[in-house]
Amino acid sequence: MSKPLLHLRAAEPADLAAISGLDARLTGSAKTAYWQGMLERYAGGPPERQFLVAETAQGTLAGFVAGEVRAWEFGQPPAGWIFAIEVDPKLRLGGVGSALFEALAERFRAQGVDRLRTLVDRKDHSILAFFRAQGMTAGPSLQLDRAIG
Amino acid sequence: MKLQTATRLGLYAVLELARTPDRTLSAAELATRFDVSAHHLAKVLRTLADAKMVAGERGATGGYRFIANPRRTTLMDIVALFEPAPGARAPEPGEATDIGRALGRILVEIDEIAEATLRSVSVDTLLKRGL
Repeated sequence: MSKPLLHLRAAEPADLAAISGLDARLTGSAKTAYWQGMLERYAGGPPERQFLVAETAQGTLAGFVAGEVRAWEFGQPPAGWIFAIEVDPKLRLGGVGSALFEALAERFRAQGVDRLRTLVDRKDHSILAFFRAQGMTAGPSLQLDRAIG
Repeated sequence: MKLQTATRLGLYAVLELARTPDRTLSAAELATRFDVSAHHLAKVLRTLADAKMVAGERGATGGYRFIANPRRTTLMDIVALFEPAPGARAPEPGEATDIGRALGRILVEIDEIAEATLRSVSVDTLLKRGL
């Protein structure tokens, strides 16, 4: 697949419909209030918080990524965390996710951090494969979980 | 994680052939490269050929070459050709006891993490990032 011409920029509140629409298509559940809150906190926020969108040459949403530099949670030194990365399925394998990943890494580097981290559903093999292809490996922490209900 | 010999040979063969997909290597050449039995490796290559991961070519310049999509072929795809699927193995003594069931849950957890790792690494990713 040829690489689509992309324009990367900081997300804006006006991107809400496109972002929540893409997420709803990918996940099967609409979370407009969640994405509105994310945009309020991250779009145009301090440089340690980043929310980037990739647009096609036609100005439509190709994908987005959101993350934040966090320090000392769970005893870990500062690292850039990726909270969400999503790409229009029609444009997958075209370099959109890699471009967003690299753009976020560059902004985190500018904040002085040298590690990128994320959490992934271990049964979601396609997103795991994406992060592996970016050079990510198992990190130093294990996520633990139990029911309390 | 302990892999059977055939599994390791399958991984070695696929990754070596996928490095340069235009090139053919004989079972003997691959066996020499990894210092393993040519007889054992020939059986492994037949399994890989049946799975359409490699193709065997006859003749003086014959040998095997990689024919699958390296971005779509994961390490788990190769491992699954040689290792029994989880749940496919015969029950072992003690598994039906409360201790056996508790241990079984831990082993399933380990298997799931191992499978997720193997499924997440494609041949392309390993050759680009892992060498």
